[in-house]
Amino acid sequence: MARSVAAPDLEALRRGIRRRRLGDRLFALFGWACMTAALLVLAALLVDLAIDGLPHLRWDFFTSFPSRKPERAGILSAWVGSLAVMGVTAAAAIPLGVAAAVYLEEYGPKNWITDAIEISVTNLAGVPSIVFGLLALGFLVYVLDLGRNVLTGGLTLAMLVLPIVIVATREAVRAVPFGIREAAFALGATKWQTIWHHVLPYSMGGIATGVIIALARAIGETAPLITIGALTYIAFLPTSPVQAEWPFLSFQWLDDPFTVMPIQTFNWISRPGDDFQGNAAAAGLVLMGMTLVMNGAAIWLRYRLRKRVRW
Amino acid sequence: MATRNALRALGEHVIEAGLLLAALSSIAITTAILYVLLSESVGFFRVVSLVDFLTDTMWTPLFADARFGILPLLCGTLVSSGVGLAVAVPLGLTSALYLSEFAHPRTREIVKPFLELLAGVPTVVYGYFALLFVTPLLQRWLFPDMPGFNVLSPGLVIGVMIIPYVSSLSEDAMRAVPMELREAAFAMGATRLQVAARVVLPAALSGVAAAFALGMSRAVGETMVVAIAAGQQPNLTLDPRQPAATITAYIVQVALGDLPHGSLGYLSIFAAGLTLMLLTLGFNVAGWLLRRRFREAY
Amino acid sequence: MTSIRTFVALALAIAASAPARAAETIAIDGSSTVYPVAEAVAEEFQGQEKGQVRVTVGISGTGGGFKKFCRGETDISDASRPILKEEIDACKAAGISYYELPVAYDALTVAVSPKNDWVSEITVEDLKKIWAPEAQGTVTRWNQVRPEWPDQPLMLFGAGSDSGTFDYFTEAIVGKAKASRGDFTGSEDDNVLVQGIENNKNALGYIPYAYYLPHKERMKALAIVGKPGEKGVLPSMEAVKSGAYQPLSRPLFVYVSAKSAERPAVQRFVEFFLTEGPALIEEVGYLPLPAEAYETARKRFRDKKAGTVFGGVPEVGVAVEELLKRETQ
Repeated sequence: MARSVAAPDLEALRRGIRRRRLGDRLFALFGWACMTAALLVLAALLVDLAIDGLPHLRWDFFTSFPSRKPERAGILSAWVGSLAVMGVTAAAAIPLGVAAAVYLEEYGPKNWITDAIEISVTNLAGVPSIVFGLLALGFLVYVLDLGRNVLTGGLTLAMLVLPIVIVATREAVRAVPFGIREAAFALGATKWQTIWHHVLPYSMGGIATGVIIALARAIGETAPLITIGALTYIAFLPTSPVQAEWPFLSFQWLDDPFTVMPIQTFNWISRPGDDFQGNAAAAGLVLMGMTLVMNGAAIWLRYRLRKRVRW
Repeated sequence: MATRNALRALGEHVIEAGLLLAALSSIAITTAILYVLLSESVGFFRVVSLVDFLTDTMWTPLFADARFGILPLLCGTLVSSGVGLAVAVPLGLTSALYLSEFAHPRTREIVKPFLELLAGVPTVVYGYFALLFVTPLLQRWLFPDMPGFNVLSPGLVIGVMIIPYVSSLSEDAMRAVPMELREAAFAMGATRLQVAARVVLPAALSGVAAAFALGMSRAVGETMVVAIAAGQQPNLTLDPRQPAATITAYIVQVALGDLPHGSLGYLSIFAAGLTLMLLTLGFNVAGWLLRRRFREAY
Repeated sequence: MTSIRTFVALALAIAASAPARAAETIAIDGSSTVYPVAEAVAEEFQGQEKGQVRVTVGISGTGGGFKKFCRGETDISDASRPILKEEIDACKAAGISYYELPVAYDALTVAVSPKNDWVSEITVEDLKKIWAPEAQGTVTRWNQVRPEWPDQPLMLFGAGSDSGTFDYFTEAIVGKAKASRGDFTGSEDDNVLVQGIENNKNALGYIPYAYYLPHKERMKALAIVGKPGEKGVLPSMEAVKSGAYQPLSRPLFVYVSAKSAERPAVQRFVEFFLTEGPALIEEVGYLPLPAEAYETARKRFRDKKAGTVFGGVPEVGVAVEELLKRETQ
């Protein structure tokens, strides 16, 4: 039998293998370094914020209004404003988003309308937040003449986070096994009865997760609210929704001017001087705290659900 | 009995119609955005010629001698996003490769939530970080003559901000590559690096390209970081160490002032917004096309 | 069930602490120069009113403030220059009459970074050379202004074009209001300018005195040579009072809408402004007017004498006594 293949050069082979192994380890190191670099930047940001801001986190920081004197300044109007706006956002985005997602998942026939809706949702998810501010300014404030108040702010953010709610709800609804629906149909339930009594309760957890993530996103949004004119100096709270006199419930707060946490932070950053910047850092910490808590709640909820629901 | 059924059937239809209306809201919002941007921009372009808008090199809409060239703003946007991508792509892609192909699954479990956290930090906080930490750092160690307002600092911070977009999506794309492909390569004696670079990455290319496009789109739309740290001076320059203004920062700057309905200054922010939308749309469509073109079927 | 109970308890608690009726709002907007004063007065006033009256203060710039004012959107407009003819006409067309109340004097400060070691005084001609519209793109380095200055780029910071500071500075230095080069960092928010000047060795900018004073250590004010041959004068309240700091001393105003002035809350606010204002103005960093000036202003307000004593044309270098004379006419 003739040899048609030259004898392998073992040394060269071994060298090659060693070289590639070295490259492998170097890249692993490099990859680890990249990942760690990103995490280090995150840590640097949090530490820097904490160093600058913690000294300013006093109890009366939360209960004082902004002031021209940095020691007196606080975030009362800002966090109450954030809460109020979040309330409107949730009230608008949740029903709309869940209803839209339910339609897309349960009812939507395969026609061009459904396609158009899906394309719209994907598009909206990629629109920069400031464009929603422009939309609110041009449409809500001037065409619909709603004014620059809590209501407009809440609606703007609701439009911004709508795609998040829709996508999360679709995922949650999709995860419910078809068997549940079939069982309901077999017992004579109508489509809506199935959805309302069976599908939605099971997907509630996923929906809640999506809503929390959406709100966590909304609470940090600055640009759209600046565009509709959330003012920078607000030393009062929106009118309380609960009044001491008839009819006990007031919607005046929807029409009040407002400010929110990120805008107050922005306002303080723009004021040169260490004291105001310390306040800005403190406000940033509170904002990050709120965001972290909400994200954490979403993660915990997702984890709890995964454990509880056994199909 | 028949009436009850009939009523219920009617109820079903009403509910379905209601749900359809809710779903149509997304189309309504998209239409409203296009309508607002286009109608106000039409008002703008009645006064400013399109040619001037696209070719003039100065943007001074609020001055006595108003100039309306979008190039300085466009330049600011592209330079800041460019710096951002220059950071996010290497770091994000490498991290994704590392987490997907090299790291222990436990590491991935622990690290992923923290990387996601980078995306959850409010942008004002990033702006604060850029202005008060990164800029002094750069001035002290690298560029002592760099002005306090520059594009480099917010650009770097934007890069860090979009790392999770790039790395998460890339990693998802990589994980979707079937194990058999890797195993075949390993069976032939390939190292992890070779598998990652020659097998996984090409297979996941569509997802990775889509991740880049998404990251770019996000960087272009970023507002607060540049508004805080880049100064607000429209400047036609490619040097990131100079102050500049982006399209988004300009809109915020005008919004902080006065906006008398119908004035040229008011209309200019819609023209700027329209340009921004077209830019982001371009990147989104590019991402979608790339994803389609490079999709490997398994 | 407990959750419903807690909810009702909470609601009642909020109700008990809430005011019985919606609070009234006074809307102020305009000059960012006057903003520190308006903010201080608003804060103290709201404290005194214990939440019954709410005051919002915006910083749209003198021009922006007047636009809103003449549309009836604000009750009070802050201004760092007198109302101009177009604005007078706009207000008249909208049926808005107003009371012009001078409240303080400002020393418009030209400042550079403390790292700048080559200039400590500057002439009006130098400034004109730097800021004239023709300078755009041509005068870009320090040594093009005076050859003995270094060959470094000029980084300029100034007020945005909606700002009264912008109008006044261009009128005083270039000779025509709103005539300025365009390639500088402009902002209605003077804080942005302070940050820019502080951080940049080659920076030069102009800002109201109240924004310079708190950051004296981080900026260097230049002495202004008003007329050739004179000595350079640093900005200070004494220099403004004596009339030496020219041409960059300027009066600051608030304009009160006559219609809004019919509301008791607005009347209380204006009275508060004119009584407690001087102390706050001094605290903020501007020069309060002599006591007679506030008396005159109060009298004009109570007598409902509307209109402006300036011709609606930009004017530079109105000294304190001159202002008093015109107001008492």
